[in-house]
Amino acid sequence: MADAAHNGRRRRRASAAQLVLLGSLSLLLLAFFRLQVMRSTTFMLRSQENRLRAITVPAPRGTIYDRHGRIVAENVPGYSISLLPGSPDTLRATLHRLAPYLDLGDGEIDDLVAKHRRFPNQPLMVRDDASFSEISSIEERRPDFPRTVVEMRPRRHYPAGAAIAHLVGYVGEISEVELERPRYADYEPGRLVGKDGIERQYEGTLSGVPGVRYVEVNALGSIVRDFRPRAAVEVQPGTDLTLGLDLELQRYADATFPPGMRGGVVALDPATGEILLLYSHPTFDPNEFIGGIDVGLWRTLQENPDKPLLNRVTTAAYPPGSTFKLVIATTGMAGGKLAIGSYMPTSCRGGLAYGNRFFRCWKPEGHGPLSIAGAIKHSCNVWFYQAGMRIGLDELIEGAARYGFGDPTGIDLPYETPGTFPPSRDWYDERYGRRGWTESVVLNLSIGQGENQQSLVRMAQFYAALATGQAPVVPHIVRSEGLVNRRATWELGLPDSGRRELIAALSAAVNELDGTAYPYRSQNWTMAGKTGTAQNPHGPPHSWFVGFAPVENPEIVIAAIVEFGHPDYQVSQAVPFGIRLVERYLDSLYPEIPKPRTPPPAVLLEETLP
Amino acid sequence: MISREALRPQGDLRLFLLGVGLALLGVAMIFSAGQVEVASLATGIWRRQLVWLVIALIAFIAVSRIPLRWLDWAAGWLYGAAIVLLVAVLFFGTGPNTRSWLYFGPFGLQPAEFAKLATILLLARTLSSYRGKIDRLSQLARPLAIVLLPIALVALQPDLGSALVFGAILIAGLYWAGVPIATLFMLVSPGISLLLGFSPVVWGIWFLAVAVFLYVQRPYLAEGMLVLLANVAAGALTLPFWRSLAPYQQNRLVVFLDPGVDPRGAGWHLIQSKVAIGSGGWFGQGFAQGPQKRLAFLPEQHTDFVFSVVGEELGFLGVSLMILLLAAFLQRVLTVARTTEDSFASITVFCLFAVWFSHVIINIGMTVGLMPITGLPLPFLSYGGSFLLSLFLGLAIVMRVSAES
Repeated sequence: MADAAHNGRRRRRASAAQLVLLGSLSLLLLAFFRLQVMRSTTFMLRSQENRLRAITVPAPRGTIYDRHGRIVAENVPGYSISLLPGSPDTLRATLHRLAPYLDLGDGEIDDLVAKHRRFPNQPLMVRDDASFSEISSIEERRPDFPRTVVEMRPRRHYPAGAAIAHLVGYVGEISEVELERPRYADYEPGRLVGKDGIERQYEGTLSGVPGVRYVEVNALGSIVRDFRPRAAVEVQPGTDLTLGLDLELQRYADATFPPGMRGGVVALDPATGEILLLYSHPTFDPNEFIGGIDVGLWRTLQENPDKPLLNRVTTAAYPPGSTFKLVIATTGMAGGKLAIGSYMPTSCRGGLAYGNRFFRCWKPEGHGPLSIAGAIKHSCNVWFYQAGMRIGLDELIEGAARYGFGDPTGIDLPYETPGTFPPSRDWYDERYGRRGWTESVVLNLSIGQGENQQSLVRMAQFYAALATGQAPVVPHIVRSEGLVNRRATWELGLPDSGRRELIAALSAAVNELDGTAYPYRSQNWTMAGKTGTAQNPHGPPHSWFVGFAPVENPEIVIAAIVEFGHPDYQVSQAVPFGIRLVERYLDSLYPEIPKPRTPPPAVLLEETLP
Repeated sequence: MISREALRPQGDLRLFLLGVGLALLGVAMIFSAGQVEVASLATGIWRRQLVWLVIALIAFIAVSRIPLRWLDWAAGWLYGAAIVLLVAVLFFGTGPNTRSWLYFGPFGLQPAEFAKLATILLLARTLSSYRGKIDRLSQLARPLAIVLLPIALVALQPDLGSALVFGAILIAGLYWAGVPIATLFMLVSPGISLLLGFSPVVWGIWFLAVAVFLYVQRPYLAEGMLVLLANVAAGALTLPFWRSLAPYQQNRLVVFLDPGVDPRGAGWHLIQSKVAIGSGGWFGQGFAQGPQKRLAFLPEQHTDFVFSVVGEELGFLGVSLMILLLAAFLQRVLTVARTTEDSFASITVFCLFAVWFSHVIINIGMTVGLMPITGLPLPFLSYGGSFLLSLFLGLAIVMRVSAES
């Protein structure tokens, strides 16, 4: 009886146990069904995310050629070393293991880890120009460096080095500040971008579009293999660029720039506006920037009082000095205030009294009576003081503004300065107070001093318009149809006879015995040009030269400056420098024309110097 | 000397074949677990599992020839030996997180696995010796002591998974011996208090429920008071007990509730396991082909998470087949327990059923996040010599029981 009850209870309990067994196993099956059948797509993706990493394949930048197909910027094979994303601790450990092979200091490791924390999902670029020995020492010890990706990465090279620095610029790893700009919206950290010059200006053309490939990694982050099934994004290489530049002329400018001096030179084709030459001195080697510039070198460049990083052609503005007298002459003739054969009431006796001041001419004994042509040829200040007064401040301001002084030329380089020219009388009122200035400012403006600072490229553009009489070109470095056909919105407004008179005067200044540039003239080519002596508060006057050749059919316009290059009215360093460059260019353009090859006189004629 | 006939297993042959078949599938999965592209302990380890399987089969043949009454008689001695080993492992044991291994030369053994068998035998012997109903808590003192001693010893290692399994042995034994459900509830209630002690409010409600239950059931006063006191003590001990857990144990429990808390640390196992299983789909990625496993995202792929490899590589179909095989095996063990007349044998077999069943549920449940990660191996499939050996020793007893009845 007791046994029967016992057996009945055991049966019930067995049934209950069986129910629990079947119930819980069914529940498990249900859970697996949900995971493996209903949500399998999600987990398939998760599985891929787990083990696939996207690796950016850098696009080779476009090659840059000069007008004759010579290489200005090219790509040479290089290697980069980067780390796949991971926890900061594992990255730090890997970096410490890499340190002896890559010569990484503790500071650099800290910087890299800090960078990784800001972009935790991006591969971390450790070296973007690793040497072959670094690469091979890492490849030999591959298993020691999980997460480490070694890749071919085209490396930028500038064969002309320092000669080309300010024009071509350089490339470098994109900075965090740049990454936030809309311009670089598609860019990822570690990407190389143009930092200055053409590299920066034409970043969109040169850079191309990087590709993406996928690799399979294991749980340690080591790359196992390429993952083919997931389509990679093909690299689109950057587009090549051809410049109007004459690289040989550029190198020549670098070689012949007055030693120990600062300054710059720009030359352009007046018919098209193509820049033939653009050189600033002192300079730097852009190749030093590739792969991250050494901190010490960067500081040296930054702190150097000669400012080697400054582009003195487009970014700096100088008082134009006497080179501006042609702007005054043009403004006056265009406005009808000056004409061919205009004389001024007061002859030059070494200066002009105005108000209670005496405004000097550069020649203390005076020039005597001069026509407009003579005034240009001798660069007589007294004549131009009176011309300025005749034109009047309002018309002068209006004329300068019309010719674009105070605006950038629109050259295809970053950071162009607009220059300075007073835009109105109010500007003076604001600056000096209503009674703080007098009409005498006109006298200073008339000889290219005072509140008047212009860039070399701006002066070159004005002289190009003068040389051709055509609508003014827009200076540009890259050869493209759009840029060649582009014209500035202003025109000289000068009758052709007046323009010829001015050119004749400029020609006389170079080619006639008592012209200001005569001692440096070219034996081969008839050239027109204007010297300049720009007073400045920093030291001896700057030496200017702006000119063009051949006079009859100008093919090159040049503007050169040597800072403090005119110390004692004895030596004008910009003039011979500029003229030799023009000569060099035209000689190479017309090699068939025989040249007398007489060296210019070594002795300077004191009385002809401006 | 030993005839063919003697080698042939007696009893439920299909049960034996299921067990050996599952063990061979296990060797295959352990082989697959070793097919990885990152240097791993699991590579080539299937050979060791195969050697263990041979050893286990030899032990099986030997033990299945021992008459049940000998086991009944020897239960106390075996239990004593197991306790000695459990004490020894506390002094000489080694292991990554716990001191659970005793090494005899190259062979490592986990005494806890054999202690489970010995405890089952002694518990069954004790319970079967009671004549008539067991409904007094005082009658449970001996069974309780028999199980609590090894629980305390494995908890010191600390091996929480095994401690839970010993708990399951106790409940299963009492249940199968016919202890009333109400008494079982009183016995279990302090354990629930221990869980609920994190929140005073929830625990308070639970305590009231227990009090109402006692009022309705009206046990002896002293027993009722004892139950209430045990509940209070357990509730008060929750937080000190929690703090005494190693951080990795705490993490496992926290992560069970929310694996996103620590995706790179403790949550990693669960997340990677679910990704592996989920990406298996209907048919799986193919035997030995699972990328999660291959690239070492799946941790412990040859031991605790071997079933995740099944899920990734064989898909839902493979999982279903595996669960059905395990269900068939457990079902037959349950049938042996139900049909045998002998009380000692029946309780022993049912306890073995409970142990294996809880291993299956906890281990498989853990791979999909239904159970916390406890490190309990999956019968037949997880790598581990001691566990495989103890499985086949248990199976030998079940076979013997089915042969004798």
